[in-house]
Amino acid sequence: MDVLEIARWQFGITTVYHFLFVPLTMGLAVLTAILQTFYYRTDDIAYKRLTKFFGKLFIINFAVGVVTGIVLEFQFGMGWSEYSRFVGDIFGIPLAIEALMAFFLESTFIAVWLFGWNKLPKGLHLLSIWLVAIGSNLSALWIIIANAWMQVPVGYVLNNSRAELSDFVAVMLNEQMLVMAQHTIIAAFVTAGLFMLGISAWHILRKNQVEVFAKSARIALVFTAVSAILVATTGHKHAQHTVKHQPMKMAAMEGLWESEQPASFSLFAIIDQKNKTTERDLKLPYMLSVLAYNNLTGQVKGMNDLQQEYEQEYGPGDYIPPVAIVYWSFRLMVGLGTLFILFALYGLVQWWRNKLEDSSIYLRLATIVMFLPLIANSLGWIVAEMGRQPWIVYGLLTTHDGVSPNVSAGSMLLTTIAFTLVYGLLAVIAVYLIHKYAKPGVSEDDDMIHAY
Amino acid sequence: MDFQIIWFVLIAILFIGYFVLEGFDFGVGILLPFISKDDVDRRIVINTIGPFWDANEVWLITAGGAMFAAFPHWYATLFSGFYIPLFLMLLSLILRAAGFEFRSKMKQVWWRKLFDQFIFWGSLIPALLWGVAFTNIVQGLPIGEDMNFTGNLLHILNPYALLGGLVVVLIFTLHGALFLSLRTTDKLRERAEKIANILWIPIAVITGVFAVLGYWNTVLFEGLGLVPGSFPALAIISFITCYVFMKLKMQGYAFAFGALTIVMGAAVIFYGLFPNVMPSSLDAAFSLTIYNASSSDLTLKIMSIVALFFVPIVLAYQGWSYYVFSQRISRDAIPRE
Ligand code: HDD
Ligand code: HEM
Ligand code: HEM
Repeated sequence: MDVLEIARWQFGITTVYHFLFVPLTMGLAVLTAILQTFYYRTDDIAYKRLTKFFGKLFIINFAVGVVTGIVLEFQFGMGWSEYSRFVGDIFGIPLAIEALMAFFLESTFIAVWLFGWNKLPKGLHLLSIWLVAIGSNLSALWIIIANAWMQVPVGYVLNNSRAELSDFVAVMLNEQMLVMAQHTIIAAFVTAGLFMLGISAWHILRKNQVEVFAKSARIALVFTAVSAILVATTGHKHAQHTVKHQPMKMAAMEGLWESEQPASFSLFAIIDQKNKTTERDLKLPYMLSVLAYNNLTGQVKGMNDLQQEYEQEYGPGDYIPPVAIVYWSFRLMVGLGTLFILFALYGLVQWWRNKLEDSSIYLRLATIVMFLPLIANSLGWIVAEMGRQPWIVYGLLTTHDGVSPNVSAGSMLLTTIAFTLVYGLLAVIAVYLIHKYAKPGVSEDDDMIHAY
Repeated sequence: MDFQIIWFVLIAILFIGYFVLEGFDFGVGILLPFISKDDVDRRIVINTIGPFWDANEVWLITAGGAMFAAFPHWYATLFSGFYIPLFLMLLSLILRAAGFEFRSKMKQVWWRKLFDQFIFWGSLIPALLWGVAFTNIVQGLPIGEDMNFTGNLLHILNPYALLGGLVVVLIFTLHGALFLSLRTTDKLRERAEKIANILWIPIAVITGVFAVLGYWNTVLFEGLGLVPGSFPALAIISFITCYVFMKLKMQGYAFAFGALTIVMGAAVIFYGLFPNVMPSSLDAAFSLTIYNASSSDLTLKIMSIVALFFVPIVLAYQGWSYYVFSQRISRDAIPRE
C-alpha cells in the first residue's frame, strides 16, 4: 500500500468512527432537553428521573464523540497538507467558526448541566441542556458547510495555485450544504429516537418500571416517526441535487453505465467495474426519473458518457468512483430508511390501539432496530465521500494531489493502526458502560449525577 | 494595520489562553498520583478540573482551526512536519479524556488504576511535546523551498528541545499545584501548597538555564540585542511575585502571577518569532512568514469580524462557568460508594 491509500483508510476510519457516536450525541441532546422540559413544565418526578437516566447515557456517548473529534481537527494538516494549502482560504473558515461558535458552547454548558444539578436555578439548568443541544447541531451545520464546499465548490477563484474566497455568502448558503445539513441532522434525530425507543422497550419487556418507560417510549415514537419521514423526503431532495451537480456520483449510485431516458431505478444488480457492465439488473421502470426530477421522462446520464465528458474537460484519467460500494451503500441506506418509517408508523398504530406495552414482538424488534441507524449513517457518508472520488475537491483537486508529500508510508501506517486499536478499545468501553448504566433503569433515589 | 498582524496576534492569544488554562489541568493530571492518598482524594483532584478541562481543550481546537483558516501554510507545514509528535499528543489527549470520563464509572481497583495512568501520562506527554514543539520552532527548522519540513524525528527530539519540554512540564505542574491549593480543602490543600513551595526554586533554576542557552540556540534574540522587548523582564518579575505571594500564603494572587508568567513566557516566543511563523534553518528565504503563509485578505477580514463578535461572548460564558464552580471541593462532596 502506498501513502495515499493508507491516508485514505486512516481518514475513512477516523471519520466514520467519529460519526458512529456523533449522531447519537446530536439527537440525544435534543431528546434529553425535551425530557427535561417536560419535567420543568409538569413537575412530574418521572420525567426528572428519565432526564437523568438518558442524560447519563448521553454523557458516555458524548465523551467518545469529543475524544475522536480532536484527531479530525488536526488530521487535515497531518495527512493532507497539500489539500490544506489548497483549501485553507475557504475550508478553514467554517472549521474555525465551528470551534468558536459550537464547541465552546457545547463543552462549557455540558459541564454546567452535568455539575450544576443542585447548584443552579431550574430554568437556567434547563437552558444549559438546550444550549448543548443547539451547540452540537450547530457544529454539525458548520462542518457540513465545509464538507459541502468540497462536494460542490462555490464562491471561489483560483489564485496563487489555490482556491481563494470570492463570495462568502455563496459558501455559507451553498445549496449543497442545505440539502446535506437537513438530511444529516434529521438522520441524527432518527438515530437518537430509535435509541430511546429501544432502551425503553427493553425495560418494558422486562417489566421494569413500565410506567416510566412507557412515557419515554411514546416521546421517542413520535420523534422518530416525524424524523424518519423527513429523512426520506430530504434524502429525495438530496438525490435531485446530486443528479444536477455530481452526475457521476448519481450514475454510480445506480450502477448506470449508459444514459437512460426515461430512467429506471435499479433494485438489485451485479456490477462489473472492469468491463463496465451491470448484470442481472432488476429495475423499476421510470422510478429513477421520478426520483431525480419528479417526472416520468427525465434523462439520467450514464458513466460512460460522463467519463468522456470529463476527459474532455479535465484531461485523461479515470473519473469513475468505486461503483459497487456506492451502489450497495445507497441501496442499503434507502432500504433502512424505508424500514424505519414503517417501523415507527406501526408503533404509532399499536399505541393508538393501546397495545404498545403488550406487543412483545414489536418491543423486541425495537431493541434490535435501534442499532441500524448507526449503519445507515455510515453508509450515507460512504456514498457521499466515495461517490465523489477521484476528487477531494470536486473538479478542482484530486485526492491523489491532496496527500502530504513528506509523511512516510511507515508513519502513516503506524498511526492508522494505533488509532484503530485505541478506537476499538474505546468503543468496547463505551458500549459496555452504556449497557451497564442502562440496565438498572431510572434511579429511584434522587441523588445527583456525580460527574467524576 | 495588516490583517495578517491581527491574526498573528489572535492566534498567539489562543495558544497563550490554551497554555494558561489547559496548563493547570495538565498540572493537576501530572500531580494526581503524587498528591492523593486514597481514592476519595483522587476523585476530588479530578473533580477540581471536572467542569473545565474540555472547554480548556477547545482553546487548542480553536487555535488549530484559526491557524488553518488564517495561515493555511503554517497549519500544513507544522502538522505534517511534526507528524509523529502530534500523533503522540493526540493519542495522549484521547486517553486522558477517556480517563476523566470513564475512570469513576466503575468501582474495580484495577480499572481506576489504569485510567489514573491515562490521566497522568495523558497530561505529562502533551505538556512535554508542546515544549518540544515550540522550542523547535524557535530553533528554526529545516524547511525547504516548497514549504515542507525535511527533517526527521531525531531532529525534533534534540537535547535543547527536550529541555524546553521539561521546562513546560515543570511550569505546568507548579501551575496545577497552585490551582489545587485554591480548589481543595484540609490535607489536600496543604499538600498542594507544599508541593508548590518545593517546586519553585528548581523550576526557577532550570528555566533560567534554558533561557540563557536560548541566546545561542534560538532565533528569538537575533537583531534584538539582549532584551527583546519587555516580555522576558515581565516574565521574570511575575514569576518572582508568584513566589512572594506563595510565601505570604495568598494563593489566589500566587496563581494569578503564575498564570501571568506563562502568558509572558509565551509572549516572548511569539514576539521573538514575528513576523516569521516557522523560520527555516536552511535558508531564511524559505521561512514561513505571516505574509507568505496567510490566507487572502477577504478571508482574514471575514474571520476578523467573526472573532470580534464571538470571542467576547465565549469569554463571558466561560468566565461565568468558572464563577459558578468556584467553591472548594471537600471530602463530603464525593459520594460514598
Ligand atoms: C454532523 C455532525 C458532525 C460531523 C459531520 C463531524 N462532527 Fe465533529 N462533532 C460533532 C458533530 C460532527 C458533535 C456532535 O458536535 C461533537 C460530538 C461531541 C461533541 O462535543 O461535539 C463533535 C466533536 C468534535 C470535536 C471535539 C470538540 C470538543 O472537544 O468539544 C472536534 C475537534 C470535531 N468534532 C471535529 C470534526 C471534524 C474536523 C470533522 C470533519 C471531518 C467532524 N468533526 C465531523
Ligand atoms: C468536512 C470534513 C471532511 C473532509 C475534509 C473529508 C475529506 C475526506 C478525505 C480526504 C478522504 C480520503 C480520500 C478518500 O479516499 O475518499 C475522505 C474519505 C472518506 N470520508 Fe470524508 N471528509 C469529511 C467529512 C466526512 C465525514 C463527517 C464523514 C462521516 C463519517 C466522512 C466519511 C468518509 C468516508 C466514508 C470516506 C471514504 C474512505 C475512502 O474512500 O477511502 N467524511 N474524506
Ligand atoms: C429513506 C430514504 C433515504 C434517501 C432517499 C436518502 C438519500 C440520500 C442521498 C441521495 C444522499 C447523498 C449522497 C450524495 O449525493 O452525496 C444521502 C447521504 C446521507 N444519508 Fe441518506 N437517504 C435516506 C435515508 C437515510 C437514513 C435512514 C439515514 C440515517 C439514519 C441517512 C443518513 C445519511 C447520511 C449521514 C448521509 C451523508 C451526508 C449527506 O450527504 O447528507 N440516510 N442520503
